Amino acid sequence: MAKTAEQIRADLLRPVFRSGPAYWLAVGVSGSMVLAGVFAFSYQVYHGLGVWGLNWPVFWAFDITNFVFWIGISHAGTLISAILRLANAGWRRPVTRCAEAITVFALSIGAIIPICHLGRPWLFFWLVPYPSERHIWPNFRSPLLWDFFAILTYLTGSTIFLFLPIIPDAAAARDLAHGWRKKLYALLSLGWQGNPKQWHRLESAMHIMAIAIIPVAVSVHTIVSWDFAMTPVPMWHSTIFGPYFVCGAIFSGVAALILAMALLRKFLHLEEYLEPIHFDHLGKLLLTMSLLWFYFTFAERLTTWYGNDVAEMSVFWSSIRQNFAPLFWTMITCNLIIPFPLLAIKRFRTITGTAIASTTIVVGMWIERFLIIVPTLEHKFLPYSWGTYRPTWVEITLMVAGFGMMALLYLLFSKLVPMISMWELEAGVRKAPIYRHQAVAFEPSGARARAGVREAEPLATDLSR
Amino acid sequence: MKALYALYSDPDAAQRAVNALKLSGGSLGIGERQIVVVTAEPFDGYDFSDEHSQTRIFLLASLGGVVGALFGLWFTRFTQLAYPLPTGGMPVVTSWTNGIIIYELTMLGAIATTLITLLITAGLPHFGEQLSDPEIWHGKILVGVTNPPDRARLELESQLRQAGAAEVKTA
Repeated sequence: MAKTAEQIRADLLRPVFRSGPAYWLAVGVSGSMVLAGVFAFSYQVYHGLGVWGLNWPVFWAFDITNFVFWIGISHAGTLISAILRLANAGWRRPVTRCAEAITVFALSIGAIIPICHLGRPWLFFWLVPYPSERHIWPNFRSPLLWDFFAILTYLTGSTIFLFLPIIPDAAAARDLAHGWRKKLYALLSLGWQGNPKQWHRLESAMHIMAIAIIPVAVSVHTIVSWDFAMTPVPMWHSTIFGPYFVCGAIFSGVAALILAMALLRKFLHLEEYLEPIHFDHLGKLLLTMSLLWFYFTFAERLTTWYGNDVAEMSVFWSSIRQNFAPLFWTMITCNLIIPFPLLAIKRFRTITGTAIASTTIVVGMWIERFLIIVPTLEHKFLPYSWGTYRPTWVEITLMVAGFGMMALLYLLFSKLVPMISMWELEAGVRKAPIYRHQAVAFEPSGARARAGVREAEPLATDLSR
Repeated sequence: MKALYALYSDPDAAQRAVNALKLSGGSLGIGERQIVVVTAEPFDGYDFSDEHSQTRIFLLASLGGVVGALFGLWFTRFTQLAYPLPTGGMPVVTSWTNGIIIYELTMLGAIATTLITLLITAGLPHFGEQLSDPEIWHGKILVGVTNPPDRARLELESQLRQAGAAEVKTA
């Protein structure tokens, strides 16, 4: 059924102004996970990094897996949103804010992890390129410093990209809210009035941001891949790593987006806005990324196998046949075997089907990050230096806390702003019947014709265009 | 701030109101800056909106990118030459790796300039008094005149009503 602008605002602001017990239960669970992480981190700070399972030769493991994983998850949001905005895809409107929020939160979590890994995390500011008292600048030749700049740029851009379309919605909430919320939204809206000049500037800025953020997003995960690829270590020193990581990042990010949308739809009662058509479109994208990911995985493994280098083959066999084989085949199952039928067969590409596929993919992609890092470090060039790695409860708790923090930030964000951009949704459906009944008293003008305004259409059709 | 305004459900009616106000503005002593349109969403394709579409934000963002690139170039060269530490057989000033930092700072420059330009040209933040009405969030378009001369009030009311407004309000 077609909706009026008033109904759209009421529906989307309802979850912001009111919360049920399910919401607070979810906040409690995710908050507990974060608290567990705070405890584990405090324990680590007190006792030192020795409480992690790291030992020679494996000095990167769970934490760097989490870092790469969260940076990857951050990929889909802003990147997908920017591409859909530039392509002017009508169906993007209910999706973009959910996606952009994922980017900002996942990137923030990803950026925290290297700080946990520092050993002396209270000296994290040494990562910032500034001359220390010994006048030694950080080494610009190190990929770890490239990470700093890439994440800084991407986080800045993504936060602005998320914030800009919130301004008009915050202004709406400001004028409709009372008490402390009114003051909060007055601050968030920056005194937005909604005059045509402001709208044009906002749209222009959004357009530029969409153009700028795509290459930045690609560069971020490429640079994360170079943390590994710049090192002459078996199965890391590969030219395919840049695009392979970008592909994997988009893959896991789209999966996370679908999962987040399915949960929001259910718990915030956004069924009329996050429609099956959105999951269908994103499901097709996820299928494409699944196949592309498999192509890269196969290409990488085939090249290694064909080259038959002794050091590389030891890593290769450890992941395919030996101690990491269960994880490897779980990864293949999660990333290809389960999702493929669910996403390829139209009958299964439902909300439930895409959510199940996304869940397995998120798990599979975490395993993929782990398998890139640990088997290689366990099997470097010299067999006498080989070793094994087992995570401790501290690392596992920190990993769980990462997921808890993502859920908690997302939940708190959904309490602060509508999870669907109200003004963009209204602009998208303006041509649909929602305004028609209000406009019949006036004859159409040339302006309406110039604007290409179409006659009455159902809401769902218009959004899925 | 005093104002006289009307709310319209239809953008065509709002356009008619704006046209009428502009036509009679000179004789009533109203400048174009006093005519205010406020909407809850962008209305591209209407003159009252499109006359504000000219912007240099793209050019300024590009310039911001250039500034970011130049800063990146200076920053990487300066720091490497300030402490010339040979690493991994690479030259002291490593163009290949510096290119990555320069690229990121280029994009950061463009992004920051876009935000700054938006804020300045859109007049944000603005926490002073401004003409608005909660009805705009229910799909109405506000067309009004700020600080109208007293002698022109009746004529303005009449024009706003003729364009299709059911009610003319004052603020």
